[in-house]
Amino acid sequence: MKFLRNTLDKIKPNFEKGGKLHFLHSTFDAIETFMFVPNHTTKRGAHIRDGIDLKRTMFTVVIALVPALLFGMWNVGELHYAAQNIDSTLIQNLLYGAMKVVPIIAVSYLTGLGIEFAFCQVNGHPVNEGFLVSGMLIPLIVPADIPLWMVIVATAFAVIIGKEVFGGTGMNILNPALTARVFLYIAYPVEMAGDIWVSGIKEGIVDASSGATYLGDLGVGKVVNVDVYNAFMGFMPGSIGETSTLMCLIGAVILIASGIGSWRIMLATVIGALGMGLILNAVGGNPYYDLPAYQHLIIGGFAFGAVFMATDPVSAAHTQRGKWIYGILIGVLTVLIRVFNPAYPEGIMFAILFMNVMAPLVDNYVVKANIKRRLNRVKA
Amino acid sequence: MSTETQAVEAEVKEREPLFSKKNRKLISNPLDADNPITVQVLGVCSALAVTVKLIPTLYMCISVLFVLICSNVAISLLRNVIPGRIRIIVQLLVVASLVAVVDQVLQAYAYDVSKQLSVFVGLIITNCIIMGRLEAFALANKPGPAFLDGLGNGLGYAVILIPVAFFRELFGSGSLFGFNIFGENYPGNGVMMSPVGACIVLGLLIWFQRSRNGYTEEA
Repeated sequence: MKFLRNTLDKIKPNFEKGGKLHFLHSTFDAIETFMFVPNHTTKRGAHIRDGIDLKRTMFTVVIALVPALLFGMWNVGELHYAAQNIDSTLIQNLLYGAMKVVPIIAVSYLTGLGIEFAFCQVNGHPVNEGFLVSGMLIPLIVPADIPLWMVIVATAFAVIIGKEVFGGTGMNILNPALTARVFLYIAYPVEMAGDIWVSGIKEGIVDASSGATYLGDLGVGKVVNVDVYNAFMGFMPGSIGETSTLMCLIGAVILIASGIGSWRIMLATVIGALGMGLILNAVGGNPYYDLPAYQHLIIGGFAFGAVFMATDPVSAAHTQRGKWIYGILIGVLTVLIRVFNPAYPEGIMFAILFMNVMAPLVDNYVVKANIKRRLNRVKA
Repeated sequence: MSTETQAVEAEVKEREPLFSKKNRKLISNPLDADNPITVQVLGVCSALAVTVKLIPTLYMCISVLFVLICSNVAISLLRNVIPGRIRIIVQLLVVASLVAVVDQVLQAYAYDVSKQLSVFVGLIITNCIIMGRLEAFALANKPGPAFLDGLGNGLGYAVILIPVAFFRELFGSGSLFGFNIFGENYPGNGVMMSPVGACIVLGLLIWFQRSRNGYTEEA
């Protein structure tokens, strides 16, 4: 530790104004603050600067994602071997999963951070590792067999068009990871839908019919008996990290306990989805209407979206009341899109992106309502 | 927007050569600093709709260029006899008959392209670039400059549409002018095939242009 600090201090003058490597100062700054808590202090006014800066916030989210990631890797392997009727051990499953997932993670980080560093360097901004989280989220919401070049294209698209165009970290109106996902979904519909959810189908090792998901079946109007235990634990095909509701709940606990994720948004999203599900149950009609409302919460990527995507502090609503409205509408829209639009089996992605766009509007009206209420109090 | 173009007439007494410095600007300005699409943001609808492939885009650009030049000259010739109150109707009549001609010619000689462009040929009538030039320029200028203005703005339209179509066809279907570039296995790109892709490419072009010439929107 001491050695590291000394080395950094020794080379630091090179990157300061006038130093010969000044043009790389963003990169240096990023590395330095990544390893050590920055020693910035506030010079004026009575403010306290917390040790938890953006980097540490982001890292907490990454830690919260680890359970989902590990389970996802295991699940990729388990499904792959199970579909071939091979009994496999925990280690085998993890190894196979890692073989599939680690390259995706590496590619996602390299592409995203590369672009982000380049932009910061050119614009003279300090590097904000907002991408630490996005780079981990992107691999978790794609199928395990996705070609790596698609990950590169989607990540580049998300970082440039979804984020840097608006001014970089903290300025984006859309969640970058979901931007990447929706890009994949619309750009490569053939590769991103249908029987792709069990690793090995493309190579012909695994029988295609084993890859059906609940959402896929429901979308085409089949009657589906959701195996609640398996769906909750995540023993089902799907994108790498989003199948297990349990792992998402562990992540949610970490986020809420550390005060980083908003429990209001998570709770509101669940309430919205449950409410809409119950209304549809009451109406009835086809198998999808009749799907018990609570089952909407455990199939597909709902839990993952509600915990890790909807709570993105940049693109979510900022006011307390706004967060409730934002979350509830995400839940309602998710169920609506799932049930009424068979062309899009998974609604949570579109629901969150739609509400990302609407969040500033929600905030605007919440603030206005507050001003109006307080003005009335003055008048009275 | 284009205040300087309106002032061009500026009481010129002696005969001005057609390609004077001032008149040359009528062509060069719309290509960059006063581009009808990226700066004035007119005619965007067709820019998003017809740019999936290069060939229909080229036909569209030529059609718009033709209609723009002819209507500009026609309105400029008629400018002293058109009553002010009904000038929009007169302009529409002129544009509509020109568009009808273009449509018939396309149907006769380029039926496939005419099918692909479908309603967007007819919609040239409502293209804001054309109405904008007629109102802002042709009504107040002689036929010579009006011709140049039409040519400049038509080219300004083409100079944006063709790059947009280039990138959309290249990345969307992996071909250029219908020739395969990336090989048979290129999976295509649905974003670039849909108008969303055109919107993004157009935005990137505007980004590129503004970072080059430093143009900013007045607040």
